[in-house]
Amino acid sequence: MYTVADLKKGLKITLDGDPYIVIAFDFAKPGKGQALYRTKMRNMITGSILDRTYRSGETFDPASLEDRKMQFLYKEDDHFVFMDNQNYEQYRMSEEAVGDAKHYLIDNLPVDLLLFSDKAIAVDVPNFVNLRVVQTDPWVKGDTSGSDSKPATVETGYVLRVPPFIEEGELIVIDTRTGDYSTRVKG
Amino acid sequence: MNWKLARKAPKLAARAQIIQKIREFFSNRGYLEVDTPVLIPAPAPESYINAVAAGDLYLQTSPELCMKRLLAAGFPKLFQICHCWRTGERGSRHLPEFTMLEWYRRDSDYSDLMAETTELLSYIAVSLSANGVVSYNNLKVDLSGSPETISVRDAFDKYTGTTMEKALVDDEFDLLMTDLIEPRLGNERPTIIFDYPSEKAALSRLKADDSSVAERFELYLAGMEIANAFSELTDPDTQRERFMKEIAYRKKINAGIYPMPEPFLGELAEMPPAAGIALGIDRLVMFFTGSETIDEVVAFTPEEL
Repeated sequence: MYTVADLKKGLKITLDGDPYIVIAFDFAKPGKGQALYRTKMRNMITGSILDRTYRSGETFDPASLEDRKMQFLYKEDDHFVFMDNQNYEQYRMSEEAVGDAKHYLIDNLPVDLLLFSDKAIAVDVPNFVNLRVVQTDPWVKGDTSGSDSKPATVETGYVLRVPPFIEEGELIVIDTRTGDYSTRVKG
Repeated sequence: MNWKLARKAPKLAARAQIIQKIREFFSNRGYLEVDTPVLIPAPAPESYINAVAAGDLYLQTSPELCMKRLLAAGFPKLFQICHCWRTGERGSRHLPEFTMLEWYRRDSDYSDLMAETTELLSYIAVSLSANGVVSYNNLKVDLSGSPETISVRDAFDKYTGTTMEKALVDDEFDLLMTDLIEPRLGNERPTIIFDYPSEKAALSRLKADDSSVAERFELYLAGMEIANAFSELTDPDTQRERFMKEIAYRKKINAGIYPMPEPFLGELAEMPPAAGIALGIDRLVMFFTGSETIDEVVAFTPEEL
């Protein structure tokens, strides 16, 4: 059980049956009045934002969340399927729940799956992922357009800007925190 | 080199200038600057103000009681700039150790302080920006003219879906004040919100023609509470009763209990009619320097020590 004294950015609590993460928190106290704790929370399943003000004495249930090491197996219709490396149990997630991570999910990619009441609610991919470029226009030598990047499509279907010298079939490193090209895989 | 600290130089300079202007303002008006002890045996019992214990004594939560004893001893006009301590208060506008300006004047009531506070703000504003208009958080607050005034009762009618009376019964007064009323105050010019319900009178006297409210006001700038003022209560019996009530409430919520401030109560009968006000210097500096957090206007926060 948490009390208002535990409230801080990043705290995860259960509210109306859903897990929430505190994304902003401030202490307030109107003229000689009681202490109030203003929070902004994000529903960890739907992503919706909630503003709530609490008073001293109020309590919260921690969100029972568990991080598990898994690997991505395959995509089936609009669902992504993952497997627990320990017990081979499989978990399914909708495309919406997977969010931006879908750009980086290639077969056997190791991921951290966040479980709430044994339901997968978020997937955390490695900070850097290697993906193969499947389509990009060739670099024309002597191109004077001054452009220092061009679009490229990688094997997951994700499109990003890459330097002009990147060619089709090359393996590139993408920073999954920003979604940007990082470097080319040498060799 | 502590770069974070070094970068605070302009704001710390503004802070020093503002404090200097405050001293100038009061000394021009014949106020005596006083310096009362910060280590005291008995802070005023108030429901939600918690003192820091220091041995058998406490760090002051406000210099109010000592300054009133000076009034009772015949000092007519007093001001003080000092540190105060309140435990558990930490947020973007709160520090557990903060700087307070308090001033008191004899033979005056809260309407005199409404005027004088307005004059103080415009005195500081004009010295910092020629036209007296201060930009804060995308707002332009004009301190050169008269403030907006609104009673607490009218503010509840205007900004909440309920009344002041009903909010008190439902124990939602503070919540509605924080969430719905405060953000609307002081956005174009200073707002003085006045006549607090008698339940929130603290050390103020009730209004002669309407005892449901007390002669108390707060001043807001850009949605931020800056000052709290009273026509002072001078009746020791009523004051003792109110303190007893506060102590009983503090017992109920398991808050610390302090000894009764007997010397103050003993001398209160000799205090002439007077008005007093407490103003948060850190927040005033926040406002004048466009700072979003109180951390930006002090050299060190408690976390950095």
